[in-house]
Amino acid sequence: MEIKVLGPGCATCHKMEELAQQAVKELNIDAKIEKVGDIREIMKYTMSTPGLVVNGKLKHSGKPLPGIDKLKELIESEA
Amino acid sequence: MLKQFADYVTYTLLKLEPAGHIGDALNFFIYDTLKIFLLLTTIVFAVAVIRAHFPPEKTRKILSHKKVFIGNVMASLLGIVTPFCSCSAVPLFIGFVESGVPLGVTFSFLISSPMVNEVALVMLWGLFGWKIALIYAVTGVVLAISSGIVIGRLRMERYVQDYVWEMKVADTDIVKTAFREKIAYARGYTSELLRKLWPYVVAGIGVGAFVHGYVPTDFVVRYAGRDNPFAVFAAVLMGIPLYSNAAGTIPIVQALVGKGMAMGTVLAFMMSVTAISLPEAVILKNVLKTPLLVTFFGIVGIGIVIVGYLFNAIL
Repeated sequence: MEIKVLGPGCATCHKMEELAQQAVKELNIDAKIEKVGDIREIMKYTMSTPGLVVNGKLKHSGKPLPGIDKLKELIESEA
Repeated sequence: MLKQFADYVTYTLLKLEPAGHIGDALNFFIYDTLKIFLLLTTIVFAVAVIRAHFPPEKTRKILSHKKVFIGNVMASLLGIVTPFCSCSAVPLFIGFVESGVPLGVTFSFLISSPMVNEVALVMLWGLFGWKIALIYAVTGVVLAISSGIVIGRLRMERYVQDYVWEMKVADTDIVKTAFREKIAYARGYTSELLRKLWPYVVAGIGVGAFVHGYVPTDFVVRYAGRDNPFAVFAAVLMGIPLYSNAAGTIPIVQALVGKGMAMGTVLAFMMSVTAISLPEAVILKNVLKTPLLVTFFGIVGIGIVIVGYLFNAIL
């Protein structure tokens, strides 16, 4: 599974990355988490950061961040 | 009721002298903290519910290909309710411009969104009363409309970084959410914001209480009073590094007003705190070439100074 965290590098985006790592660990799945900071790449998916892309599909965008349970659900729906 | 509680704690429980410096400062601190947190929780929650109805994608759709003036008015009003933070300024700017929102209209949005925000309004309402909060909101919207129109008239499209025009933005579907989810969003937003803001609010009110109890009046009147012609200008410059910290600065300013700081100077200072910031300028450099960036902050800065002198003259 491929997970992308979209964000130019603000505090909320870092938080999103941490949450994604925690979710992957707790779900015990094999996933690669990639941090995407390039604005051109981000804009292919959304204009509200931070964004979460799972296997090429935008699953979440904007603030506030989803909770850890909601996040696990979002990731699992693509597993 | 809050007043009685503050009186009870300071004068009955702690047995402090009502006329003394410490008692006065502590009473002020307890009363203001309670009032502000009560207001913040209710208003921020209400605004978050409204916001859930205006995701940036929807705002962009409403504004695309809008005419000058009507577009600027709508952008400034939508700026109040669309969630915005400086780290999403760049993607938002590209998204707007790319989908046909005129440049001047985009700037109206970029000015009003950080300036007229619910935290600043709540703090002004709680500490200065609803009239000042309303004056701030209306002036902010008018400033956003007029600055946007001026920037639009200057035809500075060529000073937007070239790659912006070449980008193709994904047309994200506006996700329909149930009302229950909007409430959940609002609750999440409110608690997240309060968690982030409370240290600033408490620190700000603390310093304010200190000023209230200890700083001599003639000192403030001399430097920030109506008769100092440079006060507005200095206030705007001082506001720049205090980016978006309305929560922490308003209580201090309120205490200074009690000591004679002029109201127009206060409004100009608050607008500078919320609307002009160096980090935002650095971020916007990614999409704007220097002449447009300088024009943008120049026009907003001049507008704020005018607001300051205007209200010093009439309030």
